Amino acid sequence: MTDPSLYNVLYIDLTEGRYEVQERKDLFEKYLGGTGVAIKLLEEECPKGVDPLSPENPIIFAVGPLTGLYPLASKTVAMFKSPLTGNLGESHAGGRSAAAIRFAGYGAIVIKGASKTPVYISIYNDQVRIKDATALWGMRSSYAVGRVLREVEPGAGKRTIMRIGIAGENLVRYANVIVESYRHFGRLGLGAVFGSKRLKAVVVAGTRSVKVDDAKAYAKVYEEIYKEVVGTEVMSKYHVLGTAENVLPLNAIGALPTRNLMQTRFELAESISGELLAEKYLVRKIACTHCPIGCIHLASLRIAFAPGHEYETLIVPYDYEPIYALGSMLGIGSADGLLRLIEKVDGLGLDAISTGVAMAWATEAYQRGLITDKETMGLRPNWGEDVDVYIKMAERIARRANEFYSALADGVEVAASKYGGLDFALACGGNEVPGYHTGPAALVGFLTGMRHSHLDSAGYSIDQRALRALMTDEEMVRQLVEEERFRNVLTSLVVCLFARGIYKLERVAKALEPLGTKVSPEELLRLGAEIVRTKAAFKAREGYDPYRLRIAKRFLETPTPLGRLTEERIRNMIKMYVEKAGLSDVYAPSSRG
Amino acid sequence: MSYRISVANIERCIGCYSCMFACSRLRFGVVSMAKSAIQVKSAGGIERGFVVVVCRACVDPPCAKGCPTGALTPRPGGGVTLDESKCIGCKSCREACIVGAVVWDEESNLPIVCRYCGFCTKFCPHNVIVFEPIGRELVV
Ligand code: SF4
Ligand code: SF4
Ligand code: SF4
Ligand code: SF4
Repeated sequence: MTDPSLYNVLYIDLTEGRYEVQERKDLFEKYLGGTGVAIKLLEEECPKGVDPLSPENPIIFAVGPLTGLYPLASKTVAMFKSPLTGNLGESHAGGRSAAAIRFAGYGAIVIKGASKTPVYISIYNDQVRIKDATALWGMRSSYAVGRVLREVEPGAGKRTIMRIGIAGENLVRYANVIVESYRHFGRLGLGAVFGSKRLKAVVVAGTRSVKVDDAKAYAKVYEEIYKEVVGTEVMSKYHVLGTAENVLPLNAIGALPTRNLMQTRFELAESISGELLAEKYLVRKIACTHCPIGCIHLASLRIAFAPGHEYETLIVPYDYEPIYALGSMLGIGSADGLLRLIEKVDGLGLDAISTGVAMAWATEAYQRGLITDKETMGLRPNWGEDVDVYIKMAERIARRANEFYSALADGVEVAASKYGGLDFALACGGNEVPGYHTGPAALVGFLTGMRHSHLDSAGYSIDQRALRALMTDEEMVRQLVEEERFRNVLTSLVVCLFARGIYKLERVAKALEPLGTKVSPEELLRLGAEIVRTKAAFKAREGYDPYRLRIAKRFLETPTPLGRLTEERIRNMIKMYVEKAGLSDVYAPSSRG
Repeated sequence: MSYRISVANIERCIGCYSCMFACSRLRFGVVSMAKSAIQVKSAGGIERGFVVVVCRACVDPPCAKGCPTGALTPRPGGGVTLDESKCIGCKSCREACIVGAVVWDEESNLPIVCRYCGFCTKFCPHNVIVFEPIGRELVV
């Protein structure tokens, strides 16, 4: 039998200042955990059509049966209604969050209502407290918030500290939640939902033990997985250069979005590459709890802040996505400048991808005269020329400094609808795009994926396979659908997606068995399909319509490594996706005329 | 020859806690960050990295000297052996060990001290901890 602590769902009501624990074996038995359980809880808790920034919008955190128990089962799934897209909000983060929730004795946490004054939630095993966070509100940097909470909260070394920056307080629709200073619930605006509840932080720690059904069999499967993770090549790239290793290969094939995707090759890519950062700036690699890989790369940046050799040292986590969004997209080719900008954006609590894409649009709009010094409050963005312009711009977005920045804070699509330039406002389904202009599969994946993320269905790797051996559009779509289903199994367990090569479905079934769950690989895949369907139904309910998606012209004008894309082809592939994913009834075009 | 765990390369620690999970799995058959004789802690902020605390196998162990019932006795070569049946749960050993290598098990109300089995070192991906003969520091 699965350790019953997983079934505990902690419900916290910030309006009433109350909490309770309910046993939800029903959900965990059927949907495993993570994304599967979270979407069911969202269905239950989120009324149709609510304003995502109203107290009715719930925040759900969920872990799963493998959490804490096996290497790389290290992620927490967050679910909410997204203030950015208006439909499904889902974001994943690691750090210590997943293990902390599990060892505190919960499978999921649901936060409802809103506080009148700033608060943070402290969870230590079964002690749940809602505490005053007035002194933390408005703090300049989310890093500082972490430093304060580290001192006052128990569970040093094993706890998670999730918090928002001023962007979340100011309801920037792509504000993030920063976890342990180096991981993020980055996408789709969880930070704004925190802010709307006046929730500054959630701290979780636990000291419980989790029992397994068959300790011997568990130890055996564990060792098998551990050996494959550490002893083979399957995962080594994530440790060596981390995700930053993507910069040069994507640049080489002409898929690295540069200067708002006017280009796909960045002449300064070398100087912001994973190789260069590792050689000159990398000081430490660290891991999420129970991950022997350690893909988190920390750079050290020395900044002179006054004459006379006065230096401060910043420690900045870096990954491929911020390098793309705050580097090549803005034409920033100096590693120093890039790291300073990443640090600023993190400190403000802004999602790096959305912020970079929004500022790239703003730069082009400024150069085309759609906006002027009046809108920018005197800032003159000119690609990589002056990084400080972008540092100030990020700050102004986070503070909603004027009408223009406030529009940018609502997302690139909102800003472009108001000021013009929708053709080069690079969002899919309302979400600013990740950095892969690899071909049709990536674009269709961004448009159809449940989170509009590169991680939904990994179209970028399908495109790269198609580059090596010709593939029909139909086959691409088939792979997108299959990959998305598979990934929804992994994120129900919850396993880090970087470990997808380790956790094949047969392996997943084997890992679950000693824990007391017998399930076949086929059943798992069916479950993945069902979870995708449930999410699609939520999206449709909240107004998402795959047949009416805006496809920015820029995606079509700028050639991919697989050639120029046409709107007709992309729309046709979207149609194919809906059919192959078995979502024709969910996304019925007739039902909304 | 008696062995012990030595924290040889702390700067290489990535904070994965695999060593702790190994200890709790082997000794208690459970998954836990609390029930482990080896403890990994943050050194205070990401910039500083981690601290690994485990028994140093003292030759004249203060923890054993502090034990009023003889539950903890010196092991030949260094370190201690615990006889759980004699332990009264007074926590004197924990007080006596200034490195903090006596972990308290709240569930059983017993101390957890290293048994010098070396199992945890097999799961350290970066040779931060090594299993070595006492008095002969290995070079890794
Ligand atoms: S527990 Fe502490 S005092 Fe006792 S032998 Fe180990 S390090 Fe020395
Ligand atoms: S807690 Fe047990 S082992 Fe430790 S000093 Fe007291 S009696 Fe001895
Ligand atoms: S040597 Fe054995 S008892 Fe000691 S910490 Fe390692 S696994 Fe635990
Ligand atoms: S297994 Fe090694 S790297 Fe991981 S926490 Fe323990 S000492 Fe550090």
